[in-house]
Amino acid sequence: MTTMQKLLQLPVNAVNIVKTVQSQVQGQEEDKSPVLTPDSGPQTWYSALQPDELRHLRSGGTGGGGGGGGDQEERAPLEDGGGGGGGTFQTQPLRHDDLKEMLDSNKDSLKLEAMKRIVAMIARGKNASDLFPAVVKNVACKNIEVKKLVYVYLVRYAEEQQDLALLSISTFQRGLKDPNQLIRASALRVLSSIRVTIIVPIMMLAIKEAASDMSPYVRKTAAHAIPKLYSLDPEQKDQLIEVIEKLLADKTTLVAGSVVMAFEEVCPERIDLIHKNYRKLCNLLIDVEEWGQVVIINMLTRYARTQFLNPNINESLLEEGGVGEKTFYGSDEDEDEDEDEKEKKAEAAALAKRKPYVMDPDHRLLLRNTKPLLQSRNAAVVMAVAQLYFHLAPKAEVGVIAKALVRLLRSHSEVQYVVLQNVATMTIKRRGMFEPYLKSFYIRSTDPTQIKVLKLEVLTNLANETNISTILREFQTYIKSMDKDFVAATIQAIGRCATNIGEVRDTCLNGLVQLLSNRDELVVAESVVVIKKLLQMQPEKHSDIIKHMAKLTDNIQVPMARASILWLIGEYCEHVPKIAPDVLRKMAKSFTNEEDIVKLQIINLAAKLYLTNSKQTKLLTQYVLNLAKYDQNYDIRDRARFIRQLIVPTEKSGALSKYAKKLFLALKPAPVLESPFKDRDHFQLGSLSHLLNAKAGGYQELPDWPEAAPDPSVRNVEVKESVPEWTKCSSREKRKEKKVEKPFYSDSEGESGPTESADSESDSASGSESASGSEESGSRSESEESEEASESEEEEEEEEEKKKKKQKEVKKTVQESESEQSSEEDRKHERKSKPRKSDTESESDEDEESESESSQSESEDSESEAEVKKKKKASEAKPPSKPVKKESKKEKKEMSLLDLDDFEPSPSPQVTPVNTFLSNSLVTDLEGLSLSDSVLAPATIAPSSALKSYELLHRITGEGLSVEYCFSRQPFSPDANMVAVQMQVTNNATTDTKNLHIEDVKLQSGMRVKEFPEIELLAAGETATAVMGIDFCDSTQAANFQLCTHARKFFVSIQPPVGELMRPVFLTENEFKKEQEKLLHNLGQLMGMNEITEKLTLDAKCRNEHAIVQRVTTAANLSRVPCGSDKECRFAGRTVTSSSLVLVTVATKEEGAAQLTVNCEKMVIGTMLVKDILLALTQ
Amino acid sequence: MIHSLFLINHSGDIFLEKHWKSVISRSVCDYFFEAKEKAVDPENVPPVLQTPHHYLITVYRGKLFFLSVIQTEVPPLFVIEFLHRVADTFQDYFGECSEGVIKDNVVTVYELLEEMLDNGFPLATESNVLKEMIRPPTILRSVVNTLTGGSNVGDMLPTGQLSNIPWRRAGVKYTNNEAYFDVIEEIDAILDKSGTTVFAEIQGAIEACVRLSGMPDLTLSFMNPRLLDDVSFHPCVRFKRWESERVLSFIPPDGNFTLMTYHVSSQNLVAIPVYVKQNISFFETGSCGRLEITIGPKQTMGKTVEGLMVTIHMPKAVLSVNLTATQGNYTYDLATKVLVWDIGKLNPQKLPNLRGSLSMPSGVPKPEENPSLNIDLKIQQLAISGVKVSRLDMYGEKYKPFKGVKYVTKAGKFQVRT
Repeated sequence: MTTMQKLLQLPVNAVNIVKTVQSQVQGQEEDKSPVLTPDSGPQTWYSALQPDELRHLRSGGTGGGGGGGGDQEERAPLEDGGGGGGGTFQTQPLRHDDLKEMLDSNKDSLKLEAMKRIVAMIARGKNASDLFPAVVKNVACKNIEVKKLVYVYLVRYAEEQQDLALLSISTFQRGLKDPNQLIRASALRVLSSIRVTIIVPIMMLAIKEAASDMSPYVRKTAAHAIPKLYSLDPEQKDQLIEVIEKLLADKTTLVAGSVVMAFEEVCPERIDLIHKNYRKLCNLLIDVEEWGQVVIINMLTRYARTQFLNPNINESLLEEGGVGEKTFYGSDEDEDEDEDEKEKKAEAAALAKRKPYVMDPDHRLLLRNTKPLLQSRNAAVVMAVAQLYFHLAPKAEVGVIAKALVRLLRSHSEVQYVVLQNVATMTIKRRGMFEPYLKSFYIRSTDPTQIKVLKLEVLTNLANETNISTILREFQTYIKSMDKDFVAATIQAIGRCATNIGEVRDTCLNGLVQLLSNRDELVVAESVVVIKKLLQMQPEKHSDIIKHMAKLTDNIQVPMARASILWLIGEYCEHVPKIAPDVLRKMAKSFTNEEDIVKLQIINLAAKLYLTNSKQTKLLTQYVLNLAKYDQNYDIRDRARFIRQLIVPTEKSGALSKYAKKLFLALKPAPVLESPFKDRDHFQLGSLSHLLNAKAGGYQELPDWPEAAPDPSVRNVEVKESVPEWTKCSSREKRKEKKVEKPFYSDSEGESGPTESADSESDSASGSESASGSEESGSRSESEESEEASESEEEEEEEEEKKKKKQKEVKKTVQESESEQSSEEDRKHERKSKPRKSDTESESDEDEESESESSQSESEDSESEAEVKKKKKASEAKPPSKPVKKESKKEKKEMSLLDLDDFEPSPSPQVTPVNTFLSNSLVTDLEGLSLSDSVLAPATIAPSSALKSYELLHRITGEGLSVEYCFSRQPFSPDANMVAVQMQVTNNATTDTKNLHIEDVKLQSGMRVKEFPEIELLAAGETATAVMGIDFCDSTQAANFQLCTHARKFFVSIQPPVGELMRPVFLTENEFKKEQEKLLHNLGQLMGMNEITEKLTLDAKCRNEHAIVQRVTTAANLSRVPCGSDKECRFAGRTVTSSSLVLVTVATKEEGAAQLTVNCEKMVIGTMLVKDILLALTQ
Repeated sequence: MIHSLFLINHSGDIFLEKHWKSVISRSVCDYFFEAKEKAVDPENVPPVLQTPHHYLITVYRGKLFFLSVIQTEVPPLFVIEFLHRVADTFQDYFGECSEGVIKDNVVTVYELLEEMLDNGFPLATESNVLKEMIRPPTILRSVVNTLTGGSNVGDMLPTGQLSNIPWRRAGVKYTNNEAYFDVIEEIDAILDKSGTTVFAEIQGAIEACVRLSGMPDLTLSFMNPRLLDDVSFHPCVRFKRWESERVLSFIPPDGNFTLMTYHVSSQNLVAIPVYVKQNISFFETGSCGRLEITIGPKQTMGKTVEGLMVTIHMPKAVLSVNLTATQGNYTYDLATKVLVWDIGKLNPQKLPNLRGSLSMPSGVPKPEENPSLNIDLKIQQLAISGVKVSRLDMYGEKYKPFKGVKYVTKAGKFQVRT
């Protein structure tokens, strides 16, 4: 801490220090004034720059004079027009003094001018370090451009002038506290870029602070700063890992790429940090900026290799598996996949027993979410996805990458070069993938040689029996090329094709023999080498060729070719018994002038001939061996000695000479011509190491697949302790709490505190985007959603844990209610709900739920959505009536606080708390215990089964599409303040309807709509159900919107009956009375305003209690209150949006006479409700 | 990641260097110069070089080498793509990417490089974001700046980086709202000696120039999207929408950008707009050769072929040419042995013809291979694949923009083997 304090104090004296230091430096400088002397060394490089230099020099001369400097700067290039100025350069040296003077002046324009010149010097690699003190003073300059240039200077020279650099630190520290996020970020950026070891603690502190900044941009900068600090001081690793861990949990796309980058640089081995963030990263991926995508994909490839099983492990088994299995793995059409995945999860347990391999859903998630990125404009992203698929995907799916990679071949030649290298490696393992694109690898005469050679490699790898004739014809064209290196490569390629494909071996050989008469020696030499390899396969047939080649020894000078011929003759000397000794004779003559490899082969030939035909060649051999004995090269001397001992029998020679013939003339296996790219795929494709075929520094090995899959549950996101609290408090409180205690947590997607000016702008930007109406399909905004999804997933799990004991029973109800009201996809999986229910494994269920959510459509405001989701989750995890209870309790609490002192006695505390923790079953129990002796109709709790449905779209106006809707009376899980509207969409037309979704919602102020997820496909004759939520704001105003299909749009509106604007609440008789009392005497309002009473005569069919209950509950979504008297029926509910109590009493008298009383704070609602109920009871 | 960047001109001078981490001596470039020496042709310099302590990744653009120094493992394409993006940005800012222009704007260049990378990791590469931070130089602005002492640095802080549509700058305003889309198709083809197509495909791109106020949300749909075999998009395009409806839905960046590129499958027969009759022969004796080329229209869909040009890389042995062209001019570069015949508009009534003799030094054996012809051409108002934009709709803004679509067909890598 002491260093820190010291540092903090420094700025106080900063001015003095600067002055002294400056004077010192100035003093030194007087001696060696011309700027350029310090680095005269590389000056030769700069000759081309001198016109530019001159410009600065000239203006430098007048620069001290005042504002004129800037003027001159701009005009100069026009004047001298780039002419040479080397001479004047010497006579008019630019003095650092002038620059210093300018920097010290009061005018920003002068400072700017000076800084520009200094930066130009830096850019040209000149030393400007002398100016450090003068420059560093300007770090606090108001002018933003001066400031920026000073930063540039600082970052460049701070490392060399550590002490002086400290002077600037306080400015950055101030910047770190700035209310503007961009200034905070830039301060952190510069602070972390000046590589001064002494400020490590300051940097650490700043990074930690920035990592929990409200602004995602600042957090991103913090992520960038981590590797900087790490490279400065690796000791900080542990602390930095903590920060990385924290940032990895960040939910914004802005941060994701940068933090994974930091992870890869600092702690790539800590793969365990990824577990919890894996799903989030997968979901965010498409919205991360391009560079981040590359880094994340590469990291996830490595991660997946450690966590999942090899999908190709049972290839053969799968193929046997039959059609069903094949589609199961083979389909990667997006529509199918959701289903696929569900299938997988649902049947996971079962499959695991039957089938040895089932893809982990997370593995599938990765593959699915990366696939769209193959369409990226960025070659690096495409390559990253391609390598991911190559390393991770089941064999049947890898093919999708071929098209994208072929597309990259149109790009710059450097891109082509890298892509072709990777394609070459891929074609060895998966040839079929690129076969359809064979022609895309055809070579043009204008391609650079290195590209040609790589294309040739790919073409060779792709060659098989069917396409070889086309390829060979193509090769024939290439052989005539002017580019001889390329021709040589082509000849080798032909050789490889010939060895690999038996059918064309003879054709190739003949072609190559013809090339032996080529005029170009390189071509001939290359052919010889290749022919030699080919001949080894079937030498008997080709003694003609060997003879022909023997003749060539006179002409060919290329050592490799000569050596090849000699080896051939020696190896097959019995096929050419007459020629061989003659060749040896010629060679013996020229032995001393031959290259080393040729000499070795001459010895070899001599030895072999000696063994087979010693009569003719004995002397020749001895001559050759003698020559070799005195050769300069020790290899040759050694070889000669060794061979002499072996073949020439002497008394000393050991047992080996007996076997000499066997040793020399053993049958040698034919060489296998292999691609240089074979086995390169043990390097991660697309990496530098793969390209160089050598491990580059910092390369992380791609691990082998694990034998058994590690526990997949590690990726489940865990609970936060504080969360349960939030679910109970109101949305407002929740927000406040989040803001205060966890500022970082609350702001996702740039929604942050009201102090942030820039943030609010970005908010409005997203708002306008949504206003455009096509939001729901916009992939951009989806990230928000997936974030929310994962967030809510967390919550859900925590709920789950809390309720583990009740789980089974509860779960079923949840599932049912959920599946009823959710999208098409859910409908699909509902069909499979049987196996699901039996499957008590909670995880897979949770996954699914979160999945279906992420596919759900948008609501306008992400912030409110977050809350909504939370509520939804809360309500989902509990029985349907539960959230209502919770709310009521909370509200009562608030009310009682007000009421206690002023008015009424508060409701008895014993009753309410009990209610709060009621579960569904408990409610039923209580009902049984209630004072009422009458049997309660089932309708009291559950909504009436006969739901009235309304027509939204007639099938004639809808051109075959008809839509009916009803108010399902289920709590709308994503947002408790919304009324659930269940739509039944029927496609009566003969053609399929696609992309059914909602657009262009027009609402009264305050109203909100949560659209149903887009129905992608509705086949002819099919019916689909969708649930949307509408917050009517407790009014009966209609919600207008457009129902859009792929072809048409229909204007429709939904107007709710007043009875649907409420939801039932459970009250006891006592509570009911108290509430009624309270409403009557409510705060300052005139007595009786909240009560409407109407006399009526009941309909003849409706005189028993049961009928009354039935009719009232049909008309309004209320629940019955148990009641001691059979003359009175009571009902209670709350309005959906404002949770105002609605109390209804129907008191019956003789002969159908009755009195209806409605108590409600909202007078309009009350009046309308009275009318509706009256109508229901009298008809 | 990217440690340092050196800009090197054609003759091997390092004229700009930028370091994002600690300074690396420029002597590291010597390894590159060595490789360059060996490769002869700048295009043949390996893009990735290994030196004892560093790796050098180079791209060659506009006669300049962008040489980056890498110290640890990094996907090479990542660096290459980034370097090209840098070159694109220069082009975007200064109109061209050349040594002169970079030297003239060295401060702006430096500021750009500073913003584009942080610690070697790309930070802001979207041109819209950069332009908010560092304004591109214009003549007007440089005059104003000289008078007022102003600067190129935006005084507004860039908010684009913070939004979830980082490619578009905020607060765009135009008096004339216009959106232009150029559908540019290039034919890549290899024709053999007899004129039959060995290989042909069409690569297309939609270049957009959008100047619309506010936050427009555009939807562009095609008459026949099924033609498009493979596509790649600017990040602004909503991929899901394309997947499901085959329409391009996007909030465009401001200014010029490439909206998408596409590939028209080679299964469809590609119309080849011209035919070439050629006869190039070298005689065994007399050290000379003869050349005759005639070009005629083939499948032009009733449009005129313009900008016709034939480029031939002659064998090294050809000393000089003596030709006559019935239309256009020809030039023969003695150093590079490149013959360029600039024809211009193709007149179907009077087919252009180039004939004459090639001379070689005596005693040199005749070249084995005939040089192949590279054809350049342009057809206005035609997309050769038949792709057509059916409509462009705008949502989210009230005004009526002016919308325009233009089609051009060009020859891409169009080669005739002889």
